[in-house]
Amino acid sequence: MGTMPEDGTRTADGELNPADEALPPASVDDAVRDAEERRWTPAKIALWVAIALLGGVAWFMLAIVRGETVNAIWFVFASVCTYLIGYRFYSKVIERYLLKPDDRRATPAEYKADGKDYVRTDRNVLFGHHFAAIAGAGPLVGPVIAAQMGYLPGTIWIIIGVVLAGAVQDYLVMFFSMRRGGRSLGQMAREELGVIGGTAALVATLLIMVIIVAILALVVVNALGESPWGVFSVGMTIPIALFMGVYLRYLRPGKVMEVSIIGFVLLMAAIIGGGAVAGTEWGAAFFHLDKVTIAWGLIVYGFIAAILPVWLLLAPRDYLSTFMKIGVIAMLAVAIIVVRPEITVPAFSEFAGRENGPVFSGALFPFLFVTIACGALSGFHALISSGTTPKLIEKERQTRFIGYGGMLMESFVAIMALVAAISIDRGIYFAMNAPAALTGGTAETAAQWVNGLGLAGVNITPDVLADTASNVGEESIVSRSGGAPTLAVGLAHIMQQFIGGTGMMAFWYHFAIMFEALFILTAVDAGTRVARFMLQDSIGNFAPKFKEASWRPGAWLCTAIMVGAWGAVLLMGVTDPLGGINTLFPLFGIANQLLAAIALAVCMAIAAKRGSFRYLWIVAVPLAFTAVVTITASIHKIFSSVPAVGYFANNAAFSKALADGTTSFGTAKTTAAMEAVVRNTMIQGWLSVIFVVLSIIVIVTAVVATVKAVRNTTAGIPNANNEDRPRPSRVYAPAGLIPTAAERELMAEWNKLPADLRIERAGHH
Amino acid sequence: MSANAGSGGLLHPVAQAFRGFSRYLQGVMGADAYRKYLEHHAAAGHGTPPMDERAFWRDRTDRQDTNPQGRCC
Repeated sequence: MGTMPEDGTRTADGELNPADEALPPASVDDAVRDAEERRWTPAKIALWVAIALLGGVAWFMLAIVRGETVNAIWFVFASVCTYLIGYRFYSKVIERYLLKPDDRRATPAEYKADGKDYVRTDRNVLFGHHFAAIAGAGPLVGPVIAAQMGYLPGTIWIIIGVVLAGAVQDYLVMFFSMRRGGRSLGQMAREELGVIGGTAALVATLLIMVIIVAILALVVVNALGESPWGVFSVGMTIPIALFMGVYLRYLRPGKVMEVSIIGFVLLMAAIIGGGAVAGTEWGAAFFHLDKVTIAWGLIVYGFIAAILPVWLLLAPRDYLSTFMKIGVIAMLAVAIIVVRPEITVPAFSEFAGRENGPVFSGALFPFLFVTIACGALSGFHALISSGTTPKLIEKERQTRFIGYGGMLMESFVAIMALVAAISIDRGIYFAMNAPAALTGGTAETAAQWVNGLGLAGVNITPDVLADTASNVGEESIVSRSGGAPTLAVGLAHIMQQFIGGTGMMAFWYHFAIMFEALFILTAVDAGTRVARFMLQDSIGNFAPKFKEASWRPGAWLCTAIMVGAWGAVLLMGVTDPLGGINTLFPLFGIANQLLAAIALAVCMAIAAKRGSFRYLWIVAVPLAFTAVVTITASIHKIFSSVPAVGYFANNAAFSKALADGTTSFGTAKTTAAMEAVVRNTMIQGWLSVIFVVLSIIVIVTAVVATVKAVRNTTAGIPNANNEDRPRPSRVYAPAGLIPTAAERELMAEWNKLPADLRIERAGHH
Repeated sequence: MSANAGSGGLLHPVAQAFRGFSRYLQGVMGADAYRKYLEHHAAAGHGTPPMDERAFWRDRTDRQDTNPQGRCC
């Protein structure tokens, strides 16, 4: 009985007999649920009309009304109302017609239960857990950088993108992985697309991870460069994590909350102490590091962190990061909803129609759509949504809440970050986010440069820049690109309005820098480790010894290769005279979304094999969009004749200048700097070529698999089904946040069962 | 479920809400992993005694050494 009806398991007859006569059903009856969903009471209609109206008004205020300012609360209403409608209606369509989850089927957490990796987890807890795993610094950084073009393009893409693409990807990948016992994206690609597509997907994933880790690290380096306070407080997270690790291993094993609270208190002390240390002469001298030094520090740290045992550094750091994440979300929400700042940034800025913006280069299409990846559509999530979370899901129907809903939540974080960042003065925004080559690096030159841009309503004095810097406890805020410092200034600016006043701004600023750095360093540690195992596995296909995780030389060699790869890209970004973020950040987005294209392509092939042709557009539309965006962006990066956009155009310009014997060209002031540009642009250019070629291979193989599936079905040949064998479920839990009437009824039935009957017996297959 | 038993009815609503939040937070952080392991162990009816708390956490992090979980951006 290893095969299934091509339609999934719609009914329980035949295939899935009830698990046990003594047990209540493991699923709400299909007809009952259907009737419940289609019954529109006046109250329900009124509620959804109200949500739609409020959302409509909010969008009108953001997109149509052109006043002097717009209040931040409209961003909240526009996003939340759109999410609610997307969740209630669109994700329901996906559930009903494409995925067809069946609560009569046991999830891997039930049939593979081992009390360790496969554990049924309460849906609300798992929602938080999954959210903490997918959300990090990405949604806090991308929208800030994209604000160069005004608030509207970014807002539309974040909100519409998540409903139609980002949340769809997360939901689909999670569901398909759950049906396969929690298999990873790479394994699914191999199974569904064959050797060529699978191998291309694996290599692309590996390269993409390198780029993502490198550019996240670049954001940290930019935030900490020349900032003794930041270097001290972020540096202190390492001894704090080590202490927590030892505490949990030897002193009080398992006291996770206790140690997290201790860690949090120490973290606060590190932030406050950082101000004191940076205020002393020796502290300022010792912790005042340039970006290259910090980059090398991060590289060495990354290598050590990836070979140290998890308990010592990674696990405690992860607890700290999760703990902070919850606090940060609360803080962002309070900042936006309570203070409701007035936004003076225009809907479309002067740079929306140009491709040479100072913050990131490239035209609105396609580069806005890659600059904001996390929060709208993030391929990296496919790696989290397959693997860990599917092994913890209690009931199939909960994937909509956890997968789709979790991503909506991340999108909301992105919107809040966008609002926090655009609540600061536009002059300050451009002075902070443009590379030093443009601003000149000092308050005077930066003010002059910003005023010379001819932006409407922008007139900034050097004093404003100097005052803001001293308020947040920094020497300077000029050219602190990367997004993190801008968000920190925005947050400090809002938070001081109701806690502490100007005197507290420095604390809030460094609090924000601290959590962004913490999120990123956790992603860097974990990313390096995951990539190392992927590499070990791949090399293991040729040299089996490498597959042994305990073989030290192999582990160290693969770690060194991965760290060396991202370290090289990081150093390129740091030393890039054009400003690393300006040229490299688009590469981050392209990499992330090519991964999304790969994930969606795999999902499309799977959906086609399940026979869901009529609703294949649910996958095909976001796949087509992200494929067009990323491939167009890659083509711009490869073939554009504008040196600011095209890597090879830039390479040619600098090569020519060198050949002509020039010693200073554009932003590069020395021959060595010019040679660096020639080298970097060549590597970045070829990376772009490799990414796009690999992704196209994956997409083409997926399309071929899809077409083949359609042909097979028309010819009556069954398609290969790689799902695990369906097993009857003997547990029940509701699907969403609030149980429906029918769900409550069934829960009551289960609660009436004597305890010995309710106990799972999944261990015995 | 057992931690709360017996004290539910008399608690102040604020204290109850705080308890609920704290339990939720523990779940999200994975602090309740050992309790869930014991529940599973008891339910599965293995003949062997379960690992003690120290051994369980040691085993958990050691398995993560070779099976790392990704953390996203």
